[in-house]
Amino acid sequence: MALDTTSEHVPDRDTVFANVQRRALMTVAVPLAIFAYLTYTWFAFGVPELLEKSRPERAVILATDSVAYKVHVVKDIRRDEVEVAIEGERTATYDPTDYPEWVSVNGDQIDVDLGEGYFIEIDGQTARFTVPGYGTILSTAVSNGVETELPPGPVPEWLRDDPRKLDARPTLDRRLQITRTKIEVHNYFGGWENFWFPFNSQLYGMSAGQLYALALSGDRLDPNTSNLWFIVNEFLDNPDWQHGKIMVALFETIMMAVLGTITAAAFGLPLAFLAAKNFTPSIVLRFGIRRLFDFLRGIDMLIWSLIFIRAFGLGPLTGALAIAFTDTGSLGKLFSEALENIDNKQVEGVRATGASQVQRYRFGVIPQILPVFVSQVLYYLESNTRSATVIGALGAGGIGLVLVETMKTSRDWENTSYIIVLTIIVVIMMDQTSGWLRRKLIEGK
Amino acid sequence: MAVAALEQEIMSLRKRRQLYSLIGVLLVIAVVVSGYSKSNSMNSGGFLQGLSQFFDYPGEIVAEAWQSGPAFFGLIVSFMPAMLETLNIAAVATLIGGAMAVVLAMASSRNVDSWGPLIPVTRRIMDITRAFPELIIALFLIFVLGSSPVPAMIAVAVHTAGALGKLFSEVNENIDRKPIEGLSACGASWLQRIRFGVMPQVAPNYLSYFLLRFEINVRASAILGFVGAGGIGQELRRTIGWGQGAGDETAAIFVLLFITIMLIDQFSSYMRGKLVGSDRAH
Repeated sequence: MALDTTSEHVPDRDTVFANVQRRALMTVAVPLAIFAYLTYTWFAFGVPELLEKSRPERAVILATDSVAYKVHVVKDIRRDEVEVAIEGERTATYDPTDYPEWVSVNGDQIDVDLGEGYFIEIDGQTARFTVPGYGTILSTAVSNGVETELPPGPVPEWLRDDPRKLDARPTLDRRLQITRTKIEVHNYFGGWENFWFPFNSQLYGMSAGQLYALALSGDRLDPNTSNLWFIVNEFLDNPDWQHGKIMVALFETIMMAVLGTITAAAFGLPLAFLAAKNFTPSIVLRFGIRRLFDFLRGIDMLIWSLIFIRAFGLGPLTGALAIAFTDTGSLGKLFSEALENIDNKQVEGVRATGASQVQRYRFGVIPQILPVFVSQVLYYLESNTRSATVIGALGAGGIGLVLVETMKTSRDWENTSYIIVLTIIVVIMMDQTSGWLRRKLIEGK
Repeated sequence: MAVAALEQEIMSLRKRRQLYSLIGVLLVIAVVVSGYSKSNSMNSGGFLQGLSQFFDYPGEIVAEAWQSGPAFFGLIVSFMPAMLETLNIAAVATLIGGAMAVVLAMASSRNVDSWGPLIPVTRRIMDITRAFPELIIALFLIFVLGSSPVPAMIAVAVHTAGALGKLFSEVNENIDRKPIEGLSACGASWLQRIRFGVMPQVAPNYLSYFLLRFEINVRASAILGFVGAGGIGQELRRTIGWGQGAGDETAAIFVLLFITIMLIDQFSSYMRGKLVGSDRAH
């Protein structure tokens, strides 16, 4: 080694000095350039206005709503009716004989105990809200709005007192709203309501042990089906959570990814042979196939899915074809690069034994590119699971579309978080499976 | 005798292997065939009837683009600011995500003397950020922050941190430890070892992966625009929403997107070839 260094060209002092200077300049200039760019984008993206306009309270609502549910106690003044319902839904209304214990109705008098000293008494059109540490809010719904009497002192932030509407939310999980037509109390509880069975189902509120016993018992709840199927169907058809629909959507998404990737690999491999220098002598053909790969990749999944949605409508087929088209380009390019880098000695060795063309490919070429093939296909499978959720949101269907729809209605954020959790579980599962398969197939472990 | 027995064993092993391969191939074929027939029935439009309409839509927008004549190039130019916004989203996300990825990678490989208890933590962080589909973070942030490029940028950056972090830490695992040991022998701190022992070895690979990610992120930000995150995707959604008559604008966006992606693709594969040699393009 020492000999080598002396025989090399030794740079003189000035060159070394210039090099060091250039490097020193770079270490200052590159961060400065990046900083300047980030400053430019800070204003190009309009971050200052964004921070002004952003609604962090939405994040709080979203966070509380996704882990909690509320029970509405509504007094309708016009019709003089009381309704106690989970999330105010007609399908989840409590029977008047079976109100939760924190609500008691005595003729015109309704007492709602919100816990920790918070107490609401509704008497006719008047509500008296006792808030510990503040006092008592007395508010009456009258024909042209709301008349409110507040305790003396400044009006706290959580209270909005308007002639037309009173909105008091002293804590995140307790809320009273009064308008001309109704008095509405929200009481929040942790957890996901009606997760297993719909409120009006016979199975509502049963424990796992009861369900198990029911599934095994011979007395059918529904004479047409066995109890086990009845339980499964009640669960899948739950109208609030739509477990069945979400399962189907997840299945669609996985199907898009798997079908798309396999199809892309199946078309990419033979085309890659046509694009590799050492397998296709014809420059014209090679050039054509390479441009085809570039074209398929360059159009991008976004445009392919839009085109396919027009042609084939919504559904997993559309997503699968969009993935297949884009990835035929990407995988074809990767495979053709792998093919150009194979060791020709193995092929020659196989040829020396008198092997035919097909046999040379089978025993000389395929074993060399198989590891690249398998590992790349599995990498793409994994990333396509994520892509499939996005394509779904564009309109191809699957879990992406379901997610966008629930977010747009934004009625129940716990549904959204449920879908998000399921999606991430599926993505992680695909990730783990493909990693496991890769280790198994390539390293033989 | 022993040789014959051995040969027989080899033959039976080979037979079994062939059987396994056959079963594997048949399984894949079965999945593909049943999957396609199933998804064909789940689709709202069928494959065969769709096939005849396949060229209708591209034909329609090409015809409209043709009719607009030279004005078409003006349309392409008019969408360039939106395209620039998409490129900015991708570039900032790659820069920020890449910076986070470097930190995560340096804290997650034993080979560069990361602090032991931190390694499993940073690895899990990378797994989780990688698993989050960009769409979910983007939709969530759009809900909170409103429609703007920033949600897309953050979403792409988070995913980039995880994905690049994993690749970077794989690079870290494969470096030569001698420079690090040499540096620690002369009393270098951990940061100095990273700066002078690790960075020079990994920089070309990092840059190569960084460019590859930028390319992927440009595509991702274009798609996220379609769900309301600004840039060229949002313009596309607008023109497509207009339906017939806006075909020339849609075509202009398609062409612009195609050209941009092609240019970045070619540039990044050329640069990566220079950085790590042509055989390690991916």
